[in-house]
Amino acid sequence: MSTSVNTQKKNGFLAGTANYVDERVGVGGILKEFGRKIFPDHWSFMLGEVALYSFLVLLLSGTFLTFFFQPSMTDVIYDGVYAPLKGAHMSIAYSSSLDITFEVRGGLLMRQVHHWSALLFVAAAGLHMLRVFFTGAFRKPRELNWVVGFVLFVLGMAAGFTGYSLPDDLLSGNGLRIIDGMIKGVPYIGTAISSLLFGGEFPGHAIVGRLYSLHIMLVPALILVFLAIHLFMLVIHKHTHYSGPGKKDTNVVGYPLMPVYVAKAGGFFFIVFGVIMLIATFFTINPIWNYGGYDPSPVSAGTQPDWYIGWLDGALRLAPTGIEFMIGDYTVSTNILLPLVISLVFLAAVAIYPFVENWVTGDKREHHVLDRPRNAPVRTAIGAAGVTFYAVLWAGASTDLIATNFKMSLNQVLVSMQISLIILPIVAFIVTKRVCLALQRKDREIAIHGRESGRIVRLPHGEYIEVHEPLDPHDLYKLVDFKDYKPTLARPNAQGKITVAARLRSSLSKFYFEDRIAPATQTEIDEAAHHAHEIEVEVQKAIESAK
Amino acid sequence: MSPLKRKLNGLRRSPMAFGIVLFAGLMVVGTGYTAVQAAVSPTTAVSRSQEEIDLGKKIFLSNCASCHGKNAEGTLNAPSLIGVGEASVDFQVSTGRMPGAASGPQLQVKPVQFTEEQISALAAYVGSLATGPAIPDAAYLQANGDPNKGGELFRVNCAMCHNAAGAGGALTQGKYAPNLMGSSEKTIYEAMLTGPQNMPVFNDANITPGEKNDIITYLKYLQNNRSVGGDELGNLGPVVEGLVAWLGMLGLIIAITIWLGAKSN
Amino acid sequence: MSEKSKEVVKQGSGVYSDHEYDAGLRVIHKDAVADPGIEPHRVRMTDKSEKHEKNAVRQVALLFSLSMLGSALALYAYFAFPISEDLTTVRINTLFLGIGITLGLLGIGIGAVHWAKTLMPDNEVSEERHLTRGSDEKRAAAIEIINLANQESGFSRRKLIRRTLYGSLALFPLPGIILFADLGPNLGDKLRHTAWKQGTRLAKDPYGSPIKASEVTVGSVFHVIPEGLNPDQEDYLEQKAKAAVLLVRVDPAELNETAERATWSYQGIVAYSKICTHVGCPVALYEQHTHHLLCPCHQSTFDLVNGCKVIFGPATRPLPQLPISVDSEGYLIAQSDFHEPVGPSFWDRSVQQ
Repeated sequence: MSTSVNTQKKNGFLAGTANYVDERVGVGGILKEFGRKIFPDHWSFMLGEVALYSFLVLLLSGTFLTFFFQPSMTDVIYDGVYAPLKGAHMSIAYSSSLDITFEVRGGLLMRQVHHWSALLFVAAAGLHMLRVFFTGAFRKPRELNWVVGFVLFVLGMAAGFTGYSLPDDLLSGNGLRIIDGMIKGVPYIGTAISSLLFGGEFPGHAIVGRLYSLHIMLVPALILVFLAIHLFMLVIHKHTHYSGPGKKDTNVVGYPLMPVYVAKAGGFFFIVFGVIMLIATFFTINPIWNYGGYDPSPVSAGTQPDWYIGWLDGALRLAPTGIEFMIGDYTVSTNILLPLVISLVFLAAVAIYPFVENWVTGDKREHHVLDRPRNAPVRTAIGAAGVTFYAVLWAGASTDLIATNFKMSLNQVLVSMQISLIILPIVAFIVTKRVCLALQRKDREIAIHGRESGRIVRLPHGEYIEVHEPLDPHDLYKLVDFKDYKPTLARPNAQGKITVAARLRSSLSKFYFEDRIAPATQTEIDEAAHHAHEIEVEVQKAIESAK
Repeated sequence: MSPLKRKLNGLRRSPMAFGIVLFAGLMVVGTGYTAVQAAVSPTTAVSRSQEEIDLGKKIFLSNCASCHGKNAEGTLNAPSLIGVGEASVDFQVSTGRMPGAASGPQLQVKPVQFTEEQISALAAYVGSLATGPAIPDAAYLQANGDPNKGGELFRVNCAMCHNAAGAGGALTQGKYAPNLMGSSEKTIYEAMLTGPQNMPVFNDANITPGEKNDIITYLKYLQNNRSVGGDELGNLGPVVEGLVAWLGMLGLIIAITIWLGAKSN
Repeated sequence: MSEKSKEVVKQGSGVYSDHEYDAGLRVIHKDAVADPGIEPHRVRMTDKSEKHEKNAVRQVALLFSLSMLGSALALYAYFAFPISEDLTTVRINTLFLGIGITLGLLGIGIGAVHWAKTLMPDNEVSEERHLTRGSDEKRAAAIEIINLANQESGFSRRKLIRRTLYGSLALFPLPGIILFADLGPNLGDKLRHTAWKQGTRLAKDPYGSPIKASEVTVGSVFHVIPEGLNPDQEDYLEQKAKAAVLLVRVDPAELNETAERATWSYQGIVAYSKICTHVGCPVALYEQHTHHLLCPCHQSTFDLVNGCKVIFGPATRPLPQLPISVDSEGYLIAQSDFHEPVGPSFWDRSVQQ
């Protein structure tokens, strides 16, 4: 007994603390389980981390701001240091935002850190989602995690929207006005919901306080819950890895958590925070002092929401003229409902995609090796079409800025975008699919025949050939290790009937897999190598006989 | 009937009576209209020498008459300049918009073609053709007004076209409201007063000279006090901020992640 | 519905799982290229040469030191650059505080990553996975537990209990939801009326002085609110949000009025609601020559001389017109309220009250 106490004292403070905690919490077990967990290393895996870290930055900077911001819409007369607003009527929310900007040391910096970080959060989450999509990381067992991630993306948009509406300035106030107009356009219950949200007529005195509760309490809480689920599933499933030598669906290849990942990922947090701080130091964002407090009469040219809401604003702008109609005495605001429905359908399509692809391929095995985008041509093409659709809507929100800055007609810009919205995604699909197939063919070429070495040889009978270098087996494996699928026919079920579902699955499988490039097999490579060897022998013979 | 009444009756029936009444009527209406117009746009404040007007006419005939007509009465190519006032000419010519160049949705700012003297002469000539908005009094161009009032008026009357920070904005069919930063006090005043092209006219009853000074004060404040937050990114709002976030921040971070994931040499 | 593919594949053996999965439409090539195994480790300069290793150590230490300097700079800047009414002081304080904190953060981050890359082992390691699904024994045990719980509670066989349980669980949240009904009052007919009444003078936004008809010259636009609307009143913004009006004078010859509305204008002066019929932004841009009103939010365009009907953009309904005239002193007044609800459409806006 006394020996164990002596041993503890000998090993020092750190060991003593570790022992203390382990006796009470059992961290030793946790450390054993997770301390040397293997994480694969690729830059594209860090996008989710960027989103996570910018969320942490949001929490930190946001907490600072909550100590100074006052979410009240009571009218006051400004008496602060910003001269052009001295004497102006404004809400306390706007006034406290001005105070944070001009009268609190570091207040402006924290405001800018917070807002830039919000833009980065949603951008990184979106890019992360695209990476997951294009590499097929949403396949079993990660379909549910995809849905959780999708919810996080939507929550991010909600957090951003509620957040930038808090200062009650002219720009964000007009955004709220638009939301109110959209809500009023909902049939039957629209005006009731509008009144519930704003506490009566627009703008009322309630909305900023309510958005504040959502923004600092409910939405971050939901984000944290879903984030915890997201990361928990990541731990259970372990991270995916790209195909390559030694990498299978049954293992994970990378570096241990401690110390490499703690250093890299931990360091990365400081890097992300540092980059945000750098941008926030040198670039203005949301200069609320220029906009003035919200008033329903003035408006600024170039009234756009933050980028992640842009696609919704664009959808409103791109709606054709005059599609609102009457049913008797009742107004159906199709000009609002159509963009709304299209947006919701788009979101739904994103959310359910893994389940659709799962159903079509019928592949029930776990997938832990990622696809290179070119090896899933139709999925990649669908993604490209989706991104194009989103991007045209997003660009649609800045038609007036495009017109002014590129000296074009506003009206022509809008009409071009309306046409592009339909045409471009189709074009993007076709072009992307063809590019993927072409890249796959090239990979096959290289795998079978090796790399062009640049050496041209003239054979004795006059033929010119270029000598190909065979690939290193590790590089070769990267090119040929991908999953190959083929379409299926509609088969009758147990009752001998071919169901609609079976027919649909069959035609979808054709859509996905009828243009397929199979990976190069060992047989093909051997044949080509043999052929190449024959030629080499001939060449040598010719050289010998020439001597 | 009294002798006075008989005399008046005679006068009333005199053939000159019509001419006198007509003249009187015209005087009343003319001066009345001028008085009203004076309230909304001051008449030529500075008196011009005949020399200046003649010089202006010469310059006009060789540079402007081909589109605006020999007597500034207008042609199919350009509107009449009768009544536009000295302020319009001063605005258009000293910003280089006039002489107008290629046809397009609106006049572009170009290098100024005339000297100050020549512009003054041109203005004098066109101003002499009829009453119209005058070149503003220097007292209202000192940018020493109330920037709060100016800001409020700017946001109500101007920001919807020119943007809350004066960065400019789009109109329909390729027209636009230009960026206001860098424009002189006089130019800003004259633009408000004359309503060039599709810009509405903000006469002095709508925005008084003092209020115009307030607006100019506000714009000059914006120009002289660059943003406390750092680079203003053109004051174009969330669209540019989004681009910077994607291309700048995310781009930089991705470059760093590629470095981070790459094997050391 | 899903057919069993002929090629059902065992995923590894023993360690991973011996559970068999349907591979669906997957094509398994029997002569696929074999896996050559993980690439051999490539030795780094810092592994080979002590000089390079020492350099790397120095670099990491330098970066961490830079971070310390940065944090110190930030602390210094906070006090050394106080802020005052002069806005440049705000800029300077923000700038140096920001630079200091940036260095403080980036120093640690880049230092830590450089340390990991150059000095920590970079041998790739492989770790075996396990199937996510539980083993058959675990699943059987779990099913056993659930069955036991079901038996002991009688959940499956006690229909009455089960059904009344569902009922109570379905209903108990409803009072919680209905609590939110007082979030906003019933709007009644508030959306159908504005502050304009017969005789209300048109006043300039925002300071409220009345406007004489003679002051409105051709080519002018006035931004208008009802006279008497006071910024200190409780519902100032709510009233303004419905009552804002644009006042314009055009040449009467260019005005195409319907017979019904011929009396709504005054000598070419017309007044229209400023609130866009799309989603409610102020339609504030007036193009003097084209007589077009443009809304900056979604670019709905209205033709002023043709009853403000929509000629471009997502709006459908024309802007409501305010009937105006002049009073005895020549000031412009409203003849009445708008003849229809202003602003964005809502479901029952056209229903007769």
